[in-house]
Amino acid sequence: MVSELPWDSRTGTLKRDLAQGMMDPASRRALEAALQIKETQPAYICAITMGPAMAREILHQAMALGADEGVLLSDRRMAGADTFLTSHILARFIQKECQGEYLVMCGTQTSDSETAQVGPQLSEELNIPAITYAGHVEIKDRVVEVHRHVDEFFEILNMDLPGLVTIDLSAYKPRYLALEGVEKAFENPDIRHIDARQLGLDADFNALKDSPTRIMDVYSPTAQKENRVLKGAVKKVVDQLFDDYGKVISSAMGKDLKTHEHDEA
Amino acid sequence: MKRNKDIWVFGDYRNYFQNRVTLQILARAVDLSTQTGGTVCAVVLGHRVDTYVAEYIAHGAQKVYVIDDPTLRSYSIERYSWLMSWLVTRYQPETLLVGATRFGQEIAPRVAKKLKTGLTADCIDLEINTKGLLVQTAPSFGGNLIAKIITPVKRPQMATVRPGTFPELPHDDAANGQVMVLPLPGDLPEDRIRLVTSEHRPSKKQKIEDADIVICGGRGMGSKGKFKKLFDLAALMNAEVGATRPVVYSEWVSHDALVGQAGKNIKPKILLSFGISGAIQHTAALSDAHFIVAVNKNPNATMMKMADVAIVADANQVCLGIIKAIKEKARD
Repeated sequence: MVSELPWDSRTGTLKRDLAQGMMDPASRRALEAALQIKETQPAYICAITMGPAMAREILHQAMALGADEGVLLSDRRMAGADTFLTSHILARFIQKECQGEYLVMCGTQTSDSETAQVGPQLSEELNIPAITYAGHVEIKDRVVEVHRHVDEFFEILNMDLPGLVTIDLSAYKPRYLALEGVEKAFENPDIRHIDARQLGLDADFNALKDSPTRIMDVYSPTAQKENRVLKGAVKKVVDQLFDDYGKVISSAMGKDLKTHEHDEA
Repeated sequence: MKRNKDIWVFGDYRNYFQNRVTLQILARAVDLSTQTGGTVCAVVLGHRVDTYVAEYIAHGAQKVYVIDDPTLRSYSIERYSWLMSWLVTRYQPETLLVGATRFGQEIAPRVAKKLKTGLTADCIDLEINTKGLLVQTAPSFGGNLIAKIITPVKRPQMATVRPGTFPELPHDDAANGQVMVLPLPGDLPEDRIRLVTSEHRPSKKQKIEDADIVICGGRGMGSKGKFKKLFDLAALMNAEVGATRPVVYSEWVSHDALVGQAGKNIKPKILLSFGISGAIQHTAALSDAHFIVAVNKNPNATMMKMADVAIVADANQVCLGIIKAIKEKARD
């Protein structure tokens, strides 16, 4: 169990500044997909994140891996946003910056809350088509082609640009970032910081207050069971397991097991 | 139309009979409606969907809204989310529940956004509080905590529900339900996504959700190579192999094996847990495991505390030890 919960009971939000400044594994896969597209055709990659000041580190990392630009959306008034408002804020920036044929690439779900909601909601905000859980993405003649395997269906889907894809967690294994790349990345000061005012959010915008969901309570559940502990040499504990629970195990297996050595013959 | 107390369930029938999450949510909705009043309704979009309409009524739906049209034959995220939003706006239910299949996890956020309401992902419990609000329980915060979430003002209250969370009601052929068949609205926008091919590729093997013995492995197995030994053990025991999130992220095993949040709930007679510390995102999926044997070097790991039998040892070594023991004991 964690000793200090990254949870502010007063405001009901995650203290993200306690979380480590590392790019989420899902986002790394989305960046990898973008880098692979850029290897086959001209492209400009803008890495965007929303979070506290330290999220800047993730953008340095993205640029070291090959992104052309890093943009940090950060403001006290954005803190505590749920997926509904996170997608709204991201869309504000994308609408300001991107015209014409752009492709938004997202991880399917982050490792902290795993909602998988921001990608689909961002496409709604931007009013562009979206294909989720992409296993493979190609752009041919301004048409995006996606292969995916979802709910036991293998599908090939097409859409025109602009569009949005979320990259499946099993696709696009991220490339390794060499140490010299990391060092170089942090020499690069060129991260743009955008606040709520620059995004044109209303003067009374407050993500925490405006989110449609509210966290009432969080808790750390503990299980209660009679808890038998076996210790010692592997052979000994395995024998003990089968001596005492052999019948339970063989009945679940649907196979007979000899219970004791001396039962033989 | 005035807001009512109805609870709606999205009819996710693709992969039925295997995918039973819609039936599970209907059962819970029937429970909840005894406290809130209102009608339990299913929504079915598609073409030639009479079978599913009948199934949902037999499993608790008191009313089914149906839009049946050849253009809805295959699941379409754009058309289905537009139609769900259109129906909710027209009939104003208090609550909309969706199974957390991958399609469900995609359509629910889009419908919530169109309706400007909140959504809780991958719930493992749903209750009604004293104010009549839907309390949505979901694991959160990096796997350490469970959160109880409400939608105080916006409507409908929306949640996706993890498959396997609630038991379904028994099939009742005598159940009556009202069927409302609606025509396809004329202003349904063109689909911007073009389906080139779609091929049903069902997994042939036994499903981990239904397996009597599940063998779960965590990072404590040591390496991808050592993790593979769990499959040898599973073959001997007629078991299925599950995994924790770090293992799936490390690509020791495919995402299908993920047990816990964003993955599967299991209900085995025996769960063998190897080298798993027990983050709540994983353990929340284990509440229906009857008998748990956990192996970990650390006797204080959460997984060890919740086990019936906790073996303090190297997970990989014990796995090999059990393989050897079963080979000897099963020999005739």
